[in-house]
Amino acid sequence: MEKLIEILENLHEGIDYETCETLIDDGILDSLDIVTLITDINDAFDVAIPPEEILPENFNSAKAIFALIEKLDNI
Amino acid sequence: MNFASFEFLAFLAVLTLVYFLVPKKVQWIVLLLGSVVFYAFAGFVSFFFLLFAIVISYITVQILGKRIESLKKYLEETKTTLTKDERKAYRAKHKNTSLVILCIGIFVMTLSLVYVKYLSSMIGFKITERGISFGKYALEIMGISYYTFISIGYMIDVYRERAAVERNFFRHALFVSFFPQLAMGPISRYADTGEQLKATHSFDAKEAWCGFLRILWGFFKKLVVADAIAPAIGFIVSQKLGGIYFILLCLFYSIRIYGDFTGGIDIVLGSAQILGIKLPENFNRPFSSKSTAEYWNRWHMTMGNWFTNYIFYPLSLTKTMQKLSKWGRAKLGTGVGKRLPVYTATIITWLATGLWHGIAWNFVVWGLLNGVVILISQELNPLYEKFRARFPKLWNSAPYQSFMAVRTFLLMSLIRVFDCYCDVPLTFDRFFSTFYTFNIGEIFKGGLLELNVSLTQYIVIAVGIVIMTAVSRLSAEKPLREVLWGKPILGNAIMAILCIAILVFGSYGLGFDASAFIYGGTFN
Amino acid sequence: MKKFIRIISFVCALLIVLGAVICFGAVLQDARHDNREAHLLCGYYDTTDPHDVIFIGDCEVYEGFIPATLFEEYGITSFVRGSSQQTVWQSYHILAETLEKETPRAVVFNVLALHYGETPLEAISRMAIEDMEWSEHKLDAIKASMTDEESLLSYFLPILRYHARWSELDSDDFKHAFDKHVDITHQGYLMQTDIDPVDTSDTRKPDDLLNTALPKRAMEYLDKMTALCREKGIELILVKAPTNSVRYYWYPEWDAQIVDYAEENGLAYYSMVGKDEEIGLDWSQDTYDKGLHLNVFGAEKVTSYFGKILAENHGLTDHRDDAELSAIWEERINSYYNERGEK
Repeated sequence: MEKLIEILENLHEGIDYETCETLIDDGILDSLDIVTLITDINDAFDVAIPPEEILPENFNSAKAIFALIEKLDNI
Repeated sequence: MNFASFEFLAFLAVLTLVYFLVPKKVQWIVLLLGSVVFYAFAGFVSFFFLLFAIVISYITVQILGKRIESLKKYLEETKTTLTKDERKAYRAKHKNTSLVILCIGIFVMTLSLVYVKYLSSMIGFKITERGISFGKYALEIMGISYYTFISIGYMIDVYRERAAVERNFFRHALFVSFFPQLAMGPISRYADTGEQLKATHSFDAKEAWCGFLRILWGFFKKLVVADAIAPAIGFIVSQKLGGIYFILLCLFYSIRIYGDFTGGIDIVLGSAQILGIKLPENFNRPFSSKSTAEYWNRWHMTMGNWFTNYIFYPLSLTKTMQKLSKWGRAKLGTGVGKRLPVYTATIITWLATGLWHGIAWNFVVWGLLNGVVILISQELNPLYEKFRARFPKLWNSAPYQSFMAVRTFLLMSLIRVFDCYCDVPLTFDRFFSTFYTFNIGEIFKGGLLELNVSLTQYIVIAVGIVIMTAVSRLSAEKPLREVLWGKPILGNAIMAILCIAILVFGSYGLGFDASAFIYGGTFN
Repeated sequence: MKKFIRIISFVCALLIVLGAVICFGAVLQDARHDNREAHLLCGYYDTTDPHDVIFIGDCEVYEGFIPATLFEEYGITSFVRGSSQQTVWQSYHILAETLEKETPRAVVFNVLALHYGETPLEAISRMAIEDMEWSEHKLDAIKASMTDEESLLSYFLPILRYHARWSELDSDDFKHAFDKHVDITHQGYLMQTDIDPVDTSDTRKPDDLLNTALPKRAMEYLDKMTALCREKGIELILVKAPTNSVRYYWYPEWDAQIVDYAEENGLAYYSMVGKDEEIGLDWSQDTYDKGLHLNVFGAEKVTSYFGKILAENHGLTDHRDDAELSAIWEERINSYYNERGEK
């Protein structure tokens, strides 16, 4: 989780990723950020997030992203 | 059938009447028949291409659906007998085969689109009284871009297990061909409309009234503003006027495309709303955007989403792209490497968006410019963030926010102007003319009135723009029509005024030339 | 309660829109209260006395034949039912409308319009049709005349056709919008008193005919007229009024087709083209637009000439000794001379 927060902070500074639950809905992460994020996650966690998992509910908060990573890792 | 016509309104009125009178169970059949009738107006060839798209997407979706079921069943059965890795491998292999089937489906659909839009002008055909004759007959197939995109989106969503499989061929046909959305969008996804089109709907006075008001509003934007300014655009382009006229062209064209497109979508969404169906919104106050990226999240949203979901993401997340990224990081440094896939995918996506609009250099340039502008602002983002952190007060002040909106508006107007000339070098030439032709004075000396638009028409257009801006602002939180529903007297008064304004001030019909009515006048 | 207000205000709004559409449509439609050619057909609806002869056709009838002169010289009662560029299908439907009201002894049709296979000018065609009273014949005339870009609805809701005129409105338009149209014709004859002689130095030749055959559609409607007259036992007479201009030139190829048609159908056909001497036409005096149309002086000569033919060849009765009819026509002849003398 810390690793993930670090990746996110590299993307945009000054956002409280621990609590924010509207990363997509409020337009904090746009499509370019999402792809960069997924590339970083692939490097850090060795998990490939497929395009079909790019849904607002999977990326709206750091928690949701982490849950997605865990889910994909456990298939 | 043109949406901005009495025929369409009459068609909609009859359809609505039948729709709410028949037993609810068969409402969807009424919609399907309505779509068929709507298509019948476009001719046999159009109907054939639609049917083709329906059949291809139906077959693809059915096969994909069956395969997903059998995979699930297999994985369920082998839960205890196979190891996790074995099952994972089986799943991957199975998915690959599905992917091949999906790709074949997409390929066939795309082929028919490419044929109609690009190839038919070279090897087309037309049906005459004497049979089919082949030759350079560019086909005009109503709505093919839209239903092809809707079908491809649906096939991909089924493959991704993000949409249910519609087993009934006719219901599937309705989802693909639902008539309001085929002329200009929105490009709906199964998640948006699939279930709604199956559900039953009771007549709801509020929905009907709001839908009707929205249709009127669409007519107003299109007929009173957009079509009224069109002659000036045609004149400036045909006369290749430069200097201040180029700037006017950018502004006029933005006004026109906004009124025409958002107005058209209002008619579409309003029509569906009367029938109790909520189509996805296509615009969210686009001219209030403060950056190009934001603009594309607010303008023609369903198209933007389509390209993001079905081209940009899959493309940037392919193994090749990820490899490219790794290679870039190793050879060119982390910064560049990380950007490589995103940037490549952005440019390719925008190129595809451009080509979707038409196969011509002006669309290529238009697409690339959009991509480049978005990437440049992405690169400048850290700078902006610093600026923002340093001067938060200034950043949040109304003038600066307006400045950003105006800047985006002007930039987008400039990019959009490539549609007008359909000629890239000429567009650049006219653009540069603004730097050496200083003819601002001309427009105050009556130049404006020589653009085939009269002073009274300019006044109407200006008032129209003011009203449009006000309505857009007032609708930021909640659509104004819904607020008006709560105030019936005001609401109905506005409805009446809109009707009369459209009928009197609208640019429709044959125009009026007093001299044409003087018989003798034609001889002297 | 709110529901009640909602329904009432909705209905009111619809009524207001409807009222505005009708009123504003009338104001805008009356673009032509000062246009002399706009109301050539409406006068007929006010007449109640029967006519021996009905003239049907385009400008060549309403500026070529004078019912007042015809009665004054031959005692023949007549009415002209012509409008600007009246096509054959319009003529047919106007004839059908007329024959529903009365059965004249003869119908005289001027053949110039036979060279139109489709409606040439939307505005002119509409102007004529809008002057007709509503009936199935008007509806038929609309359907037969509509050009591709027109809609039937716009004949019921004139605002759809004339809305673009809103910026040209003046107070006169509002004043006259609901007036009954004033009939300025003399039994359908539109008087032209100006003189603009034929320009004899003009050496232009008429354009070559690309297709000599008269359009099929026009001839079909002529057939319909022939059949209609035959059915009602009315004699149909074909005429061609004289002209002296390269515009609206009457080609010999066309004339030959009419001659053949008349023979096949047992009709009389009188072409007055080139009969200047017999008629006594002087093209330096008798035209108001360089030979294209006749002025009142030319029309009087043509009417005298043709009246003689009608009386001698077609046995039309002289009503001048009928006291009642004479009284009616006396008044009309006076009014005719009033305008003629005044100008």
